[in-house]
Amino acid sequence: MRRSLRGNNAVQAALFLALLLAAPAALPNDYYLSICILACLSAIIAVGLNLLMGYAGQVSLGHAAFYGLGAYTTAICTTRFGLPIPVGMVAGIAVATVVAWIVAVPTLKLKGNYLAMATLGFGIIVSIVFNETVDLTGGPSGYVGIPRLALFGHVFDTDRGYYNVVSVVLALVVLLSLNLMHSRTGRALRALHVSEKAAGSLGIDIAAHKRFVFVLSAALAGLAGVLYAHYLSFVAPASFGFSASVQLLVMVVLGGMASVWGSVAGAFFLTALPEFLREFEDIDILVYGAILVATIMFLPDGLAGGLRRLAAKCRRAKVSHAKAD
Amino acid sequence: MLAGAPQYLVSGLTQGAAYGLIGLGYTMIFNTTGIINFAQGEFVMLGGLLSVYYLGAGLPLALAVLAACLTTAVVGALMERLTIRPLVGAPAVNAVIVTIGVSILLRGGAMLAFGKDTVALPAFTGVRPLLALGAAIQPQSLWVLAVTLALLAALKLFFTVSIQGKAMLACSCQQKAASLVGISVSRMALLSFGLSGLIGAVAGAILAPITMTAYDVGMMLGLKGFAACILGGLGNPFGAAAGGLILGVLEAFGAGFVASGYKDAFAFVVLLLLLFVKPSGLFGKAGVERV
Repeated sequence: MRRSLRGNNAVQAALFLALLLAAPAALPNDYYLSICILACLSAIIAVGLNLLMGYAGQVSLGHAAFYGLGAYTTAICTTRFGLPIPVGMVAGIAVATVVAWIVAVPTLKLKGNYLAMATLGFGIIVSIVFNETVDLTGGPSGYVGIPRLALFGHVFDTDRGYYNVVSVVLALVVLLSLNLMHSRTGRALRALHVSEKAAGSLGIDIAAHKRFVFVLSAALAGLAGVLYAHYLSFVAPASFGFSASVQLLVMVVLGGMASVWGSVAGAFFLTALPEFLREFEDIDILVYGAILVATIMFLPDGLAGGLRRLAAKCRRAKVSHAKAD
Repeated sequence: MLAGAPQYLVSGLTQGAAYGLIGLGYTMIFNTTGIINFAQGEFVMLGGLLSVYYLGAGLPLALAVLAACLTTAVVGALMERLTIRPLVGAPAVNAVIVTIGVSILLRGGAMLAFGKDTVALPAFTGVRPLLALGAAIQPQSLWVLAVTLALLAALKLFFTVSIQGKAMLACSCQQKAASLVGISVSRMALLSFGLSGLIGAVAGAILAPITMTAYDVGMMLGLKGFAACILGGLGNPFGAAAGGLILGVLEAFGAGFVASGYKDAFAFVVLLLLLFVKPSGLFGKAGVERV
């Protein structure tokens, strides 16, 4: 049973990768390709955040901070310290992971709104540090001159090449999440979401599991940050502030909590939406807000839940149709 | 080094009183509905900007502020009726996302209606500072403190004397039991959003002469208000007010003694440290267990 599930996950992820790699053929121009790259990066973070929020039930309103830590660390390592890009990337992910580990110990003892406040406060503190340590980060105007990604002697300087890289990374992250959720750890996380007391009495180490999933989701955010820095070759604190954290949270909820595919859909939907709203010009922000409110009101379990219900309705219609015949 | 202390204390208390009022708005909505309303900061923004707008439209200052507060109360009530009530039965996180959506709508609407400029409301009674204990006190600071105290007293009265206030308290204790004794929980939710709008707008209007206002001030003020009620212990209105004052003073001293760029960071660092020691806030119920 478990073997077949795991095989199933790999097949799903491989199909997803094939779809991602084929998608650019349908895009009218390269501008949309850069939107797709950013959507993939957001999806990497959203899938990680969903492990934390959707499965383990722990809110984070500060995840953009880990995204930023990854991006800034590799930026500074590869330019100021002249380190090779792979070293900078590992350092970026490592910093996000270590900071998450340190933050997780006291923070994850908090619950509900208090946890939301603590992660929010952490995010704001990190964002202020990005803004104020001008010597190190370039301050509000940002950090320029980050080299484009180069691995094994190959420079990924075209959008198409870079898109292939982030597609593969996203597919691997999706596979990792699907496998994790079908593992012992995944079941433990879902159990502690429902009731910490019950999960604890079954011998699940609550604190260790919460810390693990928090650190994992932060590491994925750091990974996305690293890829972001070496793609845009420019980072600014505005991309990693409170609004960005809220945006990530909205992606997870809008996509559908506790659904890996939902988070991917939410990330693509919210990243692409502003591009489609360009034609509304001045009122685009109103339309954006209205779509956000309407989606949650009419699809309470997100895009994933909406699709599930639509599929169920179709199946029922087919069955009743068959009966009528 | 300590020479600036009285001045920091005064400006901290002024700012903190406003945070307290904003926190109070969060608390009212949280108590009756269990929702953290992320549009609370936008009520504050509306209070300030609408006051400026009505003043420009020819109303005298007092009437302009009053009209702004009432308009915002109506906006709050409409928000509940149109976007929150239809969500009955949905998980709380959905309601929170909806309030984020509404805050985007209100901010965008304000930007389109009033433009992107930063505007100031004239001070209520002149700008000649009073000198006391080595601090220069703006008359507007006194207004802020006085209005906050008056509003707190009025709320205390509302909750202890009026039947509506008691009904609202009952909702916050036990919604099911409240509806069993004939209290309409949904009407109380409507009332709490209206009142929150009113309180937020008052905070925005009394603060606008000091800090100026613009379409985008709501987010940071809203976060500070949220921090104030977490600091005081979520659900306790007077804890929120106290939390606001503490936060404001911390911030002022942080800006004065550390560095003004880090003033927000300083307040949040202290808040985090406090939460780690006391996970349910200063005056919160000890219901929050630690793992």
